[in-house]
Amino acid sequence: MPGTIHGVIGENGAGKSTLMSILYGFYKADAGEIFIAGRKTAIPDSQAAIAAGIGMVFQHFKLVENFTVLENVVLGAEDGARLTPSLAKARKLLTELAAEYELSVDPDALIQDIGVGMQQRVEILKALYRQADILILDEPTGVLTPAEADHLFRILKGLKAQGKTIILITHKLREIMEVTETVSVMRRGEMTATVKTAETSPAQLAELMVGRKVLLQVDKGRARPSDTVLSVENLRVKDDQGVERVKGISLSVRAGEILGIAGVAGNGQSELLEVLGGIRTGTGRITMNGQEIDLTGKLSDARTRRARGIAHVPEDRHRQGLILDFYAWENVGFGYQDDPAYNHGVLMDNDALRRDTEVKIAKYDVRPADCWQTARNFSGGNQQKIVIARELERNPDLLLVGQPTRGVDIGAIEFIHHQIIALRDAGKAVLLVSVELDEILALSDRIAVMFDGQIMGERLPTETNERELGLLMAGITDTNANAPLPQIVANLARTGGA
Amino acid sequence: MMDLNTIIQILDSTIRLATPLLLACLAGLFSERAGVFDIGLEAKMLVAAFFSAAVAATTGSVWLGLCAGIAASVVFALIHGLASITFRGDQLISGVALNFLASGMTVLIARDWFNEGGRTPALIDGGRFQPITLPFAEALSGVPVLGPIYHDLISGHSILVYVAFLMVPLTWYVLHRTRFGLRLRAVGENPGAVDTAGISVVRLRYSAVLIAGVLCGIAGAYLATGLAAGFVRDMTAGRGFIALAALIFAKWRPWYAMGACLLFGLLDAIGNRYQSIELLGIAVPGQFMQALPYILTVVILAGFVGKAIPPRAGGAAYVKER
Repeated sequence: MPGTIHGVIGENGAGKSTLMSILYGFYKADAGEIFIAGRKTAIPDSQAAIAAGIGMVFQHFKLVENFTVLENVVLGAEDGARLTPSLAKARKLLTELAAEYELSVDPDALIQDIGVGMQQRVEILKALYRQADILILDEPTGVLTPAEADHLFRILKGLKAQGKTIILITHKLREIMEVTETVSVMRRGEMTATVKTAETSPAQLAELMVGRKVLLQVDKGRARPSDTVLSVENLRVKDDQGVERVKGISLSVRAGEILGIAGVAGNGQSELLEVLGGIRTGTGRITMNGQEIDLTGKLSDARTRRARGIAHVPEDRHRQGLILDFYAWENVGFGYQDDPAYNHGVLMDNDALRRDTEVKIAKYDVRPADCWQTARNFSGGNQQKIVIARELERNPDLLLVGQPTRGVDIGAIEFIHHQIIALRDAGKAVLLVSVELDEILALSDRIAVMFDGQIMGERLPTETNERELGLLMAGITDTNANAPLPQIVANLARTGGA
Repeated sequence: MMDLNTIIQILDSTIRLATPLLLACLAGLFSERAGVFDIGLEAKMLVAAFFSAAVAATTGSVWLGLCAGIAASVVFALIHGLASITFRGDQLISGVALNFLASGMTVLIARDWFNEGGRTPALIDGGRFQPITLPFAEALSGVPVLGPIYHDLISGHSILVYVAFLMVPLTWYVLHRTRFGLRLRAVGENPGAVDTAGISVVRLRYSAVLIAGVLCGIAGAYLATGLAAGFVRDMTAGRGFIALAALIFAKWRPWYAMGACLLFGLLDAIGNRYQSIELLGIAVPGQFMQALPYILTVVILAGFVGKAIPPRAGGAAYVKER
């Protein structure tokens, strides 16, 4: 319907992106017809989709990195064989669109020099430049900070007011409730329901998506913390460019509790995890079960950390957690390659490894339960389960876990959360880093908020709320005062959060 | 010491030797900026050299020879396109295969057609590209310094030399000031962006490969009918690879490509002229001088030039991601 935002929601692998790619002529449909404004329209390729007024913002942007914003906007929609007139026309139109929809971008900036939020705006501008009336956005907030996401939704509301039709694909229930008028739910390639957003609830949508009741609230008992497992004193860490990202942090995690680290991405959480996991060096003092751990990287690395009982589920499973072109059983075997159980002298006993992998992936409900699939062929949630299976089956004393449910569907989120809590209840320590405040609030027994490489404060989840944590995440410790907005913005801008 | 005359002679020879390199380098530039790596430049030049010489020798017309050379090179370009674009094969392997094919095929056909041990008959007047004298060259030749430079260095080359050097600004213009160029550069960086903009990745890449075929054809024809007078076995002598080195050296940019090719041409010219020279009292053997361009190639490819970033999507066939 013109002038509405329609949500499409479903778990990863439910077919949302495929459906939308067919609408955009990127893939071909095997059968079926498409109607636009009541008229049957054939969309054999993207050219036809553009002509029919459809624009699409893909989850992974389709931009040329070393082109300017202007060149990217013009590409494929040039006016003639010569470029100069097209570029001049686009520059003028871009200025108009920028004023109209809060879509300001520097037309001469190179894509590789601007942030993801800005790149996304370029994608939207591309669609508007081609005079799209229907705008499809595939998981647009997956890469954005909360502030950027809010900006995006303001843009979308502006477009809606101008009579554009917007289709928002997401698996985040909150976004659906916030901005859409109607919502369609997909499950395993089928449209299971289309309802008015106002007449539904997150719980009902979740049930439609997964096909069974889902507990959105994590169900967990009280923590029974005992001895300190990990203690960190005055930790300082530099990143690859030599910039100090962790600026003197002290914290401790006890057995049987989950310490959640909240913060906007890029405030030193990643570096903290990497140092603890042994893949980055730092200075300061860290003790594990009372014994000091070397931080210079000379005496201790990721392997010796594992031997000391630290397991690490890295933030970016594609880059650090898995080798995507390797089989599931190989990925599950990483870190166990020296284990006597899997070795016969110099040869590895791959049969034994595969047998154990079968057991692990059954236990962790990895689908498909096939250890001969390459990691790439699993959905995000199942990839994450492979990593979790590998790390938890080590039976660690301390679990370091970063963004455990990023890009993971609701069913798998529930499962992963239960695994983490089960580990806690077994008397282990968990250090959880997440940029999702909901997740931090749901899982943590204590919450520490990081901003600009420092811990702004510790709170108990029962005694705080999103607003207070949000202010701490923006670097404002005086959480009783009315939010001084300019200071928040300035602080966020300083750390690249806004 | 060297006088002006010697310098002019060396530079004159530099220009002639740089011409085939430059044409091949620009051919590689079109192909690689579109994301198709091309180590078969050598093969295309070689078949073009043979067929242009063969046709020129039989018909007596150098223009027919040029057309035959371009046609042969384009056929090779199409094979490369078919293997690496349509069938999504490995671009390097396709190039290597074409190089072997060209090297063996040309000698075999030459033996069969001409019975001269794998060469073509020497080309006489009409079968070669003749030097052309630019206007006022004679009139100005008396002017000191500028006269000889214009008369001997700039004037008096064959038409293909001027074509090669005019191709440099033309290439720049096409790449940076036309719709085709924008799309060509985009398809070498992110074919997904081109595809979603509703443009055919396959058609664009074929156009680039065809342009490379035409340019290599001219380069090969110049080798056999301009620089030399006939085809001899493996007469490209690694120029296709030196052109690739120049392309990396030039960071895939046309004006830089001209500079790089002139540098290689200069080394070649010096090596040809001075069979042995004395440097600081030590006699440098002639073989060393002749090996200079190749040594420089190794040094450049070993990363001496600093970071040269190739087109990001280069070397890989385009498959829609899932």
